[in-house]
Amino acid sequence: MLEFISQPWPWYTSGIVIAFIMVLLLFFGKSFGFSSNLRVICSACGAGKKLKFFDYDWRAQTWNLLFLVGAIIGGFIAAEFLSSGEPVQISQATIQDLQQLGISAPDGMQPSEIFSLSAAFTLKGFLILLLGGFAIGFGARYAGGCTSGHAISGISNLQLPSLIAVIGFFIGGLITTFVLLPLIL
Amino acid sequence: MKSIKFIIAGILFGIVMSKSEAISWYRIQEMFRFQDFHMYGIIGTAVVLGTIATFVIKKFKLRDIQGNPIVFTPKEKSVSRYLIGGTIFGLGWALTGACPGPMFVNVGFSYWAIFIAIAGALSGTYVYGAIKDRLPH
Repeated sequence: MLEFISQPWPWYTSGIVIAFIMVLLLFFGKSFGFSSNLRVICSACGAGKKLKFFDYDWRAQTWNLLFLVGAIIGGFIAAEFLSSGEPVQISQATIQDLQQLGISAPDGMQPSEIFSLSAAFTLKGFLILLLGGFAIGFGARYAGGCTSGHAISGISNLQLPSLIAVIGFFIGGLITTFVLLPLIL
Repeated sequence: MKSIKFIIAGILFGIVMSKSEAISWYRIQEMFRFQDFHMYGIIGTAVVLGTIATFVIKKFKLRDIQGNPIVFTPKEKSVSRYLIGGTIFGLGWALTGACPGPMFVNVGFSYWAIFIAIAGALSGTYVYGAIKDRLPH
């Protein structure tokens, strides 16, 4: 059984479980949206004293922080107990494209050229993660949600704004993939 | 103990995002290069089932476990904020290969470098809060 679980899971299991989590949170009286946590953390650190945007009842969002803690624990459990250590099974075409950018074929979950500590603490590596993260945090609040809030919850509720946001996600993602990454890497 | 259910939901989320490799930079690159169905399958399945569930909840006016009606707040109407904000988000998503949820799942995976991206995401959120009134919404 554990051996079976340790294989990478097919996409539909993930899709089913994500929809289940969305519904579960609705029945808990909440709505699925992960990036709100970033605003909550800023507020909890006292950003509300300086900026009105962070001066709100963030404690009502404590449940979402607990969800975040769970997500970290879930990652730990998957890595420690449910992993076969196999490299990510991406397509051959992607492997070849990435090799031309100097990213080696997967030997785990993440490319060492970006996620190893030695790469992350070169100037280039540090800026990729820092500026990438900055764009995610800034863009998610500007657009009022991230993948969970817009692509999953919003589109499931047939919200046109969420569809526009997801189109934006792809415009940005394609620019990075085909314009920025070849310049940077 | 009322709160433990949210931790359990989060654990489920973390495990499934890991096991379906959705937290991998490689998978996000593959998605933006349209070279495999995997990520589209994940998001597509979740959206189809989510849409059915949302429809059923509304149709039968279902209530949550505390007996309150389940309400869906419509997103406010605008194009610019969703298009510009979404595009900025997408630029970062393809760079780090992790949207906000998977960022934290990666911490559980001991990819400590992701803390740099998390610090970036918190500062991005803060800067948005500081300049939001000057941005088109």
